[in-house]
Amino acid sequence: MAEQAHAPVESLALREQFNTPEQQKESSAFGMWIFLVTEVMFFGGLFLAYTIYRNTYPVVFGMASTSLNAVIGALNTAVLLCSSFTMVLGVRAAQLGRRRALVIFLILTLLLGMVFLGVKAYEWNQKFVEHHIPGAHFHFEGAAEQGPAQLFFSLYFVMTGLHALHMVVGAGILSWLLYHAVRGRFTAEYMTPVDIAGLYWHFVDIIWIFLFPLLYLIDRHMR
Amino acid sequence: MSEHVDSVKTYTAVWLILLILTGVTTGVAYIDLGAFSVVIALLIAAVKMLLVALFFMHMRHSTKLTQLAAAGAFLWLFIMMAFTLADVWTRGLVGTPGR
Repeated sequence: MAEQAHAPVESLALREQFNTPEQQKESSAFGMWIFLVTEVMFFGGLFLAYTIYRNTYPVVFGMASTSLNAVIGALNTAVLLCSSFTMVLGVRAAQLGRRRALVIFLILTLLLGMVFLGVKAYEWNQKFVEHHIPGAHFHFEGAAEQGPAQLFFSLYFVMTGLHALHMVVGAGILSWLLYHAVRGRFTAEYMTPVDIAGLYWHFVDIIWIFLFPLLYLIDRHMR
Repeated sequence: MSEHVDSVKTYTAVWLILLILTGVTTGVAYIDLGAFSVVIALLIAAVKMLLVALFFMHMRHSTKLTQLAAAGAFLWLFIMMAFTLADVWTRGLVGTPGR
């Protein structure tokens, strides 16, 4: 921030390539949204594959889907929604320049994210115990065809796995934010990283909002 | 963006509605609605998505350009899904000449 006689002052909130801080903020948010659109297409391909195979093997997919624990799934959805709530309160705290509140809400969001991943790990472990991991030792009781059942669990692991990977990346981003929030880098004028990370965290939440009913719920009424 | 600071009350209301909708979608799954269970599940998921995007992701305060870009995601997704399913679901509907 070397202030010279006529040189424009550059700050975190206003880099020299932008006209106004407002324009800089909008550019950042816009860039993040474009990235999220590519993410929609990324997960969209998996949702499409799931739609096609669920229609091809409706009976086996129904049985496999019902073998998942819907109560645990619902509770984990609630955990994730709570983490979005704490995240948005964190963003609000950053907007108002409240450093202490921002730190507290970032920690809470991180903890809830960890709880979600922990529950997910428990669920995956259950699949190991039940021999529902696609591969040589796969066995799904009651299904005449093991192939389509393996297909369901392959899609289950890829979709929930990629979602969990996004959560792990999100946890890394939150830790980075936390480090800088504690050091007081974010102010009411400059809190773009918090804002952008919030968009990412909520997006990962939205993916789960669709994964949960599609994987856990939609065939339950047939049992 | 940051010039719009929503109240904690608004966020709390959205959060509670999201939790209630999660309960509703789980409960409804056990009722036999036939083919409509998919429709209901996706409708509830879509409402939850909109709530998260509009309030938590501040979509309602975003610029028109950002709103358009985000809405564009649905267009691209629609093209991918519709064209692929139009192929997969209509295979074998018409006989292949010479086979």
